[in-house]
Amino acid sequence: MSGSRERILARVRAALADVPRDERPGDVDVPRDYAREHGQGELIPVLTDRLLDYRALVHRVTAAELPGAIAAALARRGAARVVVPPGLPDAWLGEAGPVAVPDRPLDVAELDAVDGVLTGCAVAIAETGTIVLDAGPDQGRRAITLVPDYHLCVVPAERVVASVPQALPRLDPRRPLTWISGPSATSDIELNRVEGVHGPRTLEVVIVAG
Amino acid sequence: MSATFVGMPAFPAAARAATGDAQLRHNLRKATHTIRDRRRAVVEELDDWPRLRAAGRAVKDRVLRHLDHYLERLEEAVTAAGGRVHWAADAAEANAIVTGLVRATGEREVVKVKSMATQEIELNEALAAAGITAYETDLAELIVQLGDDRPSHILVPAIHRNRAEIREIFRRTMSEWGVPAPDDLTDDPAALAEAARRHLREKFLSAKVAVSGANFAVAETGSLVVLESEGNGRMCLTLPRTLISVVGIEKIVPTWADLEVFLQLLPRSSTGERMNPYTSVWSGVIPGDGPQEFHLVLLDNGRSATLADTVGRQALRCIRCSACLNICPVYERAGGHAYGSVYPGPIGAILTPQLRGTTTELDASLPYASSLCGACYEVCPVAIDIPEVLVHLRERVASGGGHTAERAAMAAAGWVLNDDRRLGLAQRAAGRMRGLVPRRLPGPGAAWTDTRDVPAIPAESFRDWWATRERGGGPDARGPADGRGRTEGGR
Ligand code: SF4
Repeated sequence: MSGSRERILARVRAALADVPRDERPGDVDVPRDYAREHGQGELIPVLTDRLLDYRALVHRVTAAELPGAIAAALARRGAARVVVPPGLPDAWLGEAGPVAVPDRPLDVAELDAVDGVLTGCAVAIAETGTIVLDAGPDQGRRAITLVPDYHLCVVPAERVVASVPQALPRLDPRRPLTWISGPSATSDIELNRVEGVHGPRTLEVVIVAG
Repeated sequence: MSATFVGMPAFPAAARAATGDAQLRHNLRKATHTIRDRRRAVVEELDDWPRLRAAGRAVKDRVLRHLDHYLERLEEAVTAAGGRVHWAADAAEANAIVTGLVRATGEREVVKVKSMATQEIELNEALAAAGITAYETDLAELIVQLGDDRPSHILVPAIHRNRAEIREIFRRTMSEWGVPAPDDLTDDPAALAEAARRHLREKFLSAKVAVSGANFAVAETGSLVVLESEGNGRMCLTLPRTLISVVGIEKIVPTWADLEVFLQLLPRSSTGERMNPYTSVWSGVIPGDGPQEFHLVLLDNGRSATLADTVGRQALRCIRCSACLNICPVYERAGGHAYGSVYPGPIGAILTPQLRGTTTELDASLPYASSLCGACYEVCPVAIDIPEVLVHLRERVASGGGHTAERAAMAAAGWVLNDDRRLGLAQRAAGRMRGLVPRRLPGPGAAWTDTRDVPAIPAESFRDWWATRERGGGPDARGPADGRGRTEGGR
């Protein structure tokens, strides 16, 4: 197909005959005077508000309270077997209760059979209520947060930024990234948002501050 | 398989039929007005919206003016990340490439994420001809596919269907494609979504090959970006062994950091959300995570020809948000099918004639499928001056000659201007367009303008006009000074 490669590039170059020969891409001015953040308020309350707006479940706890909060959330959900990424901090599931199923890796049928998944996150964006996973050790590969119907996600306060422009420099696009803003939803029926289609239908977030 | 647009009548005939369909009109009006309000609320939340819009426009202009450079950069980066890049000059070549890639896997089924590019090239039909079944997995695409229907909106292809119709389609046809709809299926949207989940789940969990498009391709890093809501995208992009993404050559952004503009502009403009539920980013192949074979098919199919037109080029900035459809009074009346392509509404009226040319009656009529009111330009997150391009394309149609084209064009113009309400719209809206509205239509349209000379157009601002219209003719309580200027014309 290299013939088409050359043909397309030649057509594109011919189409751009009006562009001065010595113009470089950087010569096309891009005004960058938009805001780095929008000053919508304190990060944790704004993040909480946005997540609730998407109908996620949200808790705010201290580091000491985290294991108890995780155990309580899983108990409420009735989740007995939860898949965990390889680098999940031991303390998170320290208390007796659910069985942690390590991702060995699991096949799709096995993932479909667990009751949920417990992960951390790479970054969270307050203004948009977005949690970003980058397949880091406390998050695991993408499939484990996709197939189970319940996702319990721990968000440490130091990973929360205000805005999209603040989030991008913290992320490495060479890693697989999943941006999550609430549970799976659709607006395809009369443009009303309905939660719960193919992704996890319940997203529960534990924000750890202090 | 979903029907194609082949043999569609020209815009005015199709629009006339749609206007007579009360159910369709009602569904469309309800849906577009819902989303307009949501969009307005989340756009008003960002006080730098006009600056984001200016940046979005400029980034895309940078890409378009140096597209050859960025295409080579993208190819290099995707290849370095373990992907394979293919180049398709037209639809036939793209279909042949994808068909060959699927055949090479030995599979006869693929799952698909909603993609305008693959609709444009009619990939599903090409795969079917090769004995390969493509399963659409986006809820709205599923509704269209099961209903043997055509898409009528960029974002919500089944926007013309209400919940009762969707229930009927599911009950009637799901069993032919796989897991049937439950016997007691109601028309509650949550129940319909649940039926779609059950219908598609086994397909996702067993799929070996997926086909997608992409919203953005980052030249610097070779990353592809897909925004979606339901998780069907994540399923397709993560679980299969082989992933094939068909992406128009204009979808490039230069750098990773440039996404900070578009990941703010797109969700707020399209679904009216602060952020869509899921966005996936991947670069090539990631060992042990997701597809282990990745193919990027770069699609020209008329884009380089569009690029050659220095006025029309700006249409390639489009990020397919569909805000211009949702605000357009002509789209609201005519419906998406009348535009006779997968790109309906104002963007379709300028993109389709450029991608396909204006040789058919339908395509020649599209630049006239507008009252030039300017609402589309006001809401466009990358500031495409759609009215400017429409007028430019009208000149092209008119000078291209041929009675067929001219007749079609005049019939479309006649339809748009044909009742008092639309007439009023066109006249009052034309404030900023005054220099562009012909005083007298040529050809058959002349009779119309002869008896109804276009009255003087008041120099009222677009925003005032629109606010008044949206309030059913009442006075604009907000006054023109407190708004956010042109980006928020869309109310
Ligand atoms: S033309 Fe502008 S408003 Fe219309 S779909 Fe494209 S980006 Fe959105």
